[in-house]
Amino acid sequence: MGTFHHGKGDLHGITVVVHGRDGRTWVGRCDTIDDAGVHLHDADLHEPATATQPREQWLSNAVAWGIWPRLPHVLVHSADVERVERLGTLRA
Amino acid sequence: MPYDPALVEPMRRDLTSAGVEELRTAADVDAFMKRAGTKLLVVNSVCGCAAGMARPGVKLALQHATKPQHVATVFAGQDVEATQRARSYFGQVPPSSPSMALIKDGTLLHFVPRHAIEGRDAQSVAFELVTAFDKHCKA
Repeated sequence: MGTFHHGKGDLHGITVVVHGRDGRTWVGRCDTIDDAGVHLHDADLHEPATATQPREQWLSNAVAWGIWPRLPHVLVHSADVERVERLGTLRA
Repeated sequence: MPYDPALVEPMRRDLTSAGVEELRTAADVDAFMKRAGTKLLVVNSVCGCAAGMARPGVKLALQHATKPQHVATVFAGQDVEATQRARSYFGQVPPSSPSMALIKDGTLLHFVPRHAIEGRDAQSVAFELVTAFDKHCKA
């Protein structure tokens, strides 16, 4: 049973971590990556200035359990993206 | 909005044909959770990106000698009430589909979230489940 989506790139439908250049971190289901940036669905954001826990702990919880989809749709602009990786490749 | 039931039916049968019990209502879920012993609850999904490997992984794992006493499934996005009730038994775990929860006496023993299924093959998914079965389901 394959996916119903075509031409959206290798990370389409995959839960990814978007590491921001300014220290912010997003986790969400990747839709596409294009010139504008990384388009995510059902995402959550770790913002150091307001976070209640350190980034490493937040990411570790995300690896173990997943994330609460607080942001239905997010575009992380290309200029803000340091790197993107699959959440499933990280260890809790 | 739920998908066309005709489209979803083969994905339901993929699990039910392997002996997995389907829970369509909240009452079904409550009754299942009241059973004694170890239980595997599979949150099924139409998402081919992950569910396409989740279902074969579950079926493969259920061929293992050690396995949960009860195995059931709810269908996310289709049987909404049943899925919400199932998730209420997962404690503070965020919603995730497909996913799998191994439970005993109201305690979540092991959880496989969607991102741990994405990009893996059926054997890898089965291996994680079997490892959890061996740890938690031995008599």
